Amino acid sequence: MIESNLPVLIILSPLCAALICMLLTAIHRELGRAVVVLAVLVSLVMSVMQLRLVIDGGPIHYAIGNYAVPYGIELVIDSLNALIIVMISLIGFLTVLSAGNFSDRRPLVHGAANTILALLITGLLGMASTGDVFNLYVFLEITSLSAYCLIALGGSRGVVSAYRYLLVGTIAATLYLIGVALLYGATGTLNMGDMAEILDKGDHDNVMLLASCFLIPAFGIKMALFPFHGWQPSAYTHAEPGTRPLISGVMGKLPALAMFRYFYCIFGTDFVYVKYMMAVLGVFSVIGMLYGSIMAMWQSDIRKMLAYSSVAQISYISLGFAVGTPVALAGAFLHMLGHAFMKGGLFFCTGAVRFKYGTADLNDFGRLYKKMPLTGGLLTLAALSMIGIPPTAGFFSKWYLALGAAGQHEWIYIAVLVISSLLNAAYFFKLIEKLFIQKSSGIRERWSSRELELPVTLLVPIVVCFIAILGIGLCNAWIVDVLMMSLEGVGL
Amino acid sequence: MSFNWLSWLPLEYRPLCAVLVSLCASGLIYVLGEHVHRNLREGITLSAAVIKIILVYSLIPAALAGNEVKLELFRIVKGVSFALSVDPAGMVFACVAATLWLLTSVYSIGYMRGHGEENQTGYFAAFAMCLSAATGLCFAANLLTFFIFFEVLTVATYPLVVHYRDDEAVASGRKYLAYTLISGQIFFAAIVIVYAVSGTMDFKPGGFLTADMLPMPWALIVFFMMVGAGIVKAGVMPLHSWLPAAMVAPTPVSALLHAVAVVKAGAFCTLRVVLYVFGPELAKDCGGAQLLAWMAVFTIIVSSFIAMRKTNLKARLAFSTVGQLSYIVLGICILTPFSTAGALYHIVAHAFMKITLFMAAGAIFVTTHKKDITEMVGLGRRMPVTMGAFAAASIGIAGFPFFAGFVSKANIIFGAVEAGQPLFVATLIASALLALAYLMPVVLIAFKKEVDNPDFREFGEANPRMLVPLVLAAVLSAVLGIAPNLGLHLFDLSLMAGNSIFDPLM
Repeated sequence: MIESNLPVLIILSPLCAALICMLLTAIHRELGRAVVVLAVLVSLVMSVMQLRLVIDGGPIHYAIGNYAVPYGIELVIDSLNALIIVMISLIGFLTVLSAGNFSDRRPLVHGAANTILALLITGLLGMASTGDVFNLYVFLEITSLSAYCLIALGGSRGVVSAYRYLLVGTIAATLYLIGVALLYGATGTLNMGDMAEILDKGDHDNVMLLASCFLIPAFGIKMALFPFHGWQPSAYTHAEPGTRPLISGVMGKLPALAMFRYFYCIFGTDFVYVKYMMAVLGVFSVIGMLYGSIMAMWQSDIRKMLAYSSVAQISYISLGFAVGTPVALAGAFLHMLGHAFMKGGLFFCTGAVRFKYGTADLNDFGRLYKKMPLTGGLLTLAALSMIGIPPTAGFFSKWYLALGAAGQHEWIYIAVLVISSLLNAAYFFKLIEKLFIQKSSGIRERWSSRELELPVTLLVPIVVCFIAILGIGLCNAWIVDVLMMSLEGVGL
Repeated sequence: MSFNWLSWLPLEYRPLCAVLVSLCASGLIYVLGEHVHRNLREGITLSAAVIKIILVYSLIPAALAGNEVKLELFRIVKGVSFALSVDPAGMVFACVAATLWLLTSVYSIGYMRGHGEENQTGYFAAFAMCLSAATGLCFAANLLTFFIFFEVLTVATYPLVVHYRDDEAVASGRKYLAYTLISGQIFFAAIVIVYAVSGTMDFKPGGFLTADMLPMPWALIVFFMMVGAGIVKAGVMPLHSWLPAAMVAPTPVSALLHAVAVVKAGAFCTLRVVLYVFGPELAKDCGGAQLLAWMAVFTIIVSSFIAMRKTNLKARLAFSTVGQLSYIVLGICILTPFSTAGALYHIVAHAFMKITLFMAAGAIFVTTHKKDITEMVGLGRRMPVTMGAFAAASIGIAGFPFFAGFVSKANIIFGAVEAGQPLFVATLIASALLALAYLMPVVLIAFKKEVDNPDFREFGEANPRMLVPLVLAAVLSAVLGIAPNLGLHLFDLSLMAGNSIFDPLM
């Protein structure tokens, strides 16, 4: 019973929690949060079960409400999104777990924040699972709307950033809808698999070309790809502190997954212009990698530095799409998984520092490793992984990306990967220098305990991210095998 | 030596254990270091060093017999496994690293305590990590495994370079990172290209790349992209300037950098790339070997002249290292069995001699707080043992018979003669004289007869924890010169490595 309905239950569990969260918060302040934590944990367990099912038995096609497939909504789980769903629910769980430490004093806001966080996780899980282009729009909007709210909850500057994001995000949503409308007009279907088949049969190159012109900026804005990233740095910086790991670590990855679905699963290789589209994407990625890193170097607020670094890192993923061979795509997805834990982990750390010392200025990080050894350890490891030092996750995704590029004789991409790593090194070693070398500034503890450097709910995410970064690195061959189950035959 | 009692541990797992023992030691020291007594902390280092020596030495018989000892642990990326194997060349470097870790550890304890250094926990943890990575380098059976350890070594050395955490140290640390990370990333790109064109990563004596995989301009470009990482670490000019800058670190770190792990890892990387990836033929045909050889010649001569002008003892030794490491690079690039064996043996010889020199410099500094050569007038009277060892090692560096340096240099010269390269022979001989010219003045000043320097009245000989390792290292560098095969058969192993590369039938 549970097993056959896993795809939908994973999405429903946080959705239900979101619906009752406010009510329960009215009864007791922490009750609503507890239910959200529990619901996301349930999703996490089920998503691991689902991953095992997909690995053993191949892709799952699930028709919601048993409506016949091209007409009803379908959830399609293959090994790609099964892994990404595990990643979303794991980071989602860690985020809701730690968010309690940053909660607002006002019970209403506290309850609302948890509700919206649960909705955000619902939206992300839905975007990952769906096999229907309009349903994708719905989940994209759930995600975006909850993100606007969560960013606005981060204080007065958050409101401004959220408003900016709202304006740009609405444009993206509209562009996406226009793209869908064009495709629907040509094919008469909204189901991804069905649409792919119909596009295959007829001569639809011009429609696909027109649709891509709307879809690339749409997804580009949502994933904060250069040159559509304008909203992102301030939004990541000022978002509600407890939710930053999820917003910055995971949210940008799902539009990237959707982009992959469009260009490689729906349009496919018979789309004559796909090469040109991917070349455009490649140019954006190359500039984005350099621009993001160079901007990150000049930031003294660590959150802003990390936000700009995300602009660069998301370009790694689109670079993998631009290369387009199965190996490069595997690298892109491996980077999606790895980067979620690196960036999530870095934001968990900055959150922890903020929680303990109330500061996010890089200059206050002097000799932090002595006061917070575990946090310092994760900051260092995640920074090394961002640079791409083996045996961390970041090195291996770079390896597959570079290998794919070498297979296509795209030497410029390899050169840019190398330069980008070095630029990353320039600002992440600045962080490491602060952590270990600079004299400690006179920051005062707001929270202290004899045994632990942080409350358990903040320590768990830090330890899990640490293990995940190393684990994804060391088990990359296994993960790539799983990814390849879906990527074999896909690609240019 | 017999290691039968160790038979419960299968041979193929011993390289892995040798890597892990220092890694675990590093972790333990980092976690426990601040909470346990410092003697216990140093106990971890010393016991790990002893276990490592036993493990590494126990592999020598297998390496001598030419047995295949290979462990494929797991797939490191799709298509390439994390593989460790034992081959003669790796064995030579591993023996040096393991032996000298014990000596430097004992010395470090004496130095760090004698000097009252801060942050000793981090120091010993990073030190153990470096040795773990260096051992991994020796046993890595393919390029990717090698690269992983190479980068770990790069990162693990950084905390040692910035040990004092003042502005100078930070500047040197940045310089170090800039050189090593840039060359490392270029190395990475080259590895990707090599894998893309050849589909394999396994080191093979004589190389696995062929001219049809990499057509001409590419072969030379990829050659320098790969070798670049090695020669940056080995300090070949013009890529050497991080090395003298890194002299700000405590002296045992300099000893480690210069004698044991880092620069030797660079030389070893060059060896692997030139002879086990490209192979003598392709290296010669693409012109890379000749170019590199001339760079080495340039370095040998120029660094000697720079060394003469340095009055800071450690700086003088640093430039001596720059020159001596280029001997190894030159030996590799001459591309004959003898020169290769000589180059490998020079890893051993230079390690023991240079570590003696650095240990002596450190002992002088801790005991008398003197850094400049000009201030050391009459020092020899007060510290006769230290300065005696220094004198012996200096003569050895110059390549006098009955010292280890002679064995290696003679073989490189044989090789150069065999290859018909009289200019290389002349360089090697000239550099021996130059080495005497920059090292002997130190000895002469220290033993100057007429002056009784009042500065040194209150000082005696160095602390025994520093004195014993340094005398031991000096004695070993003499013993290895008289009996190059003593105990560990290091010279036979070097010869085996040289022959296996140039004689595919073996």
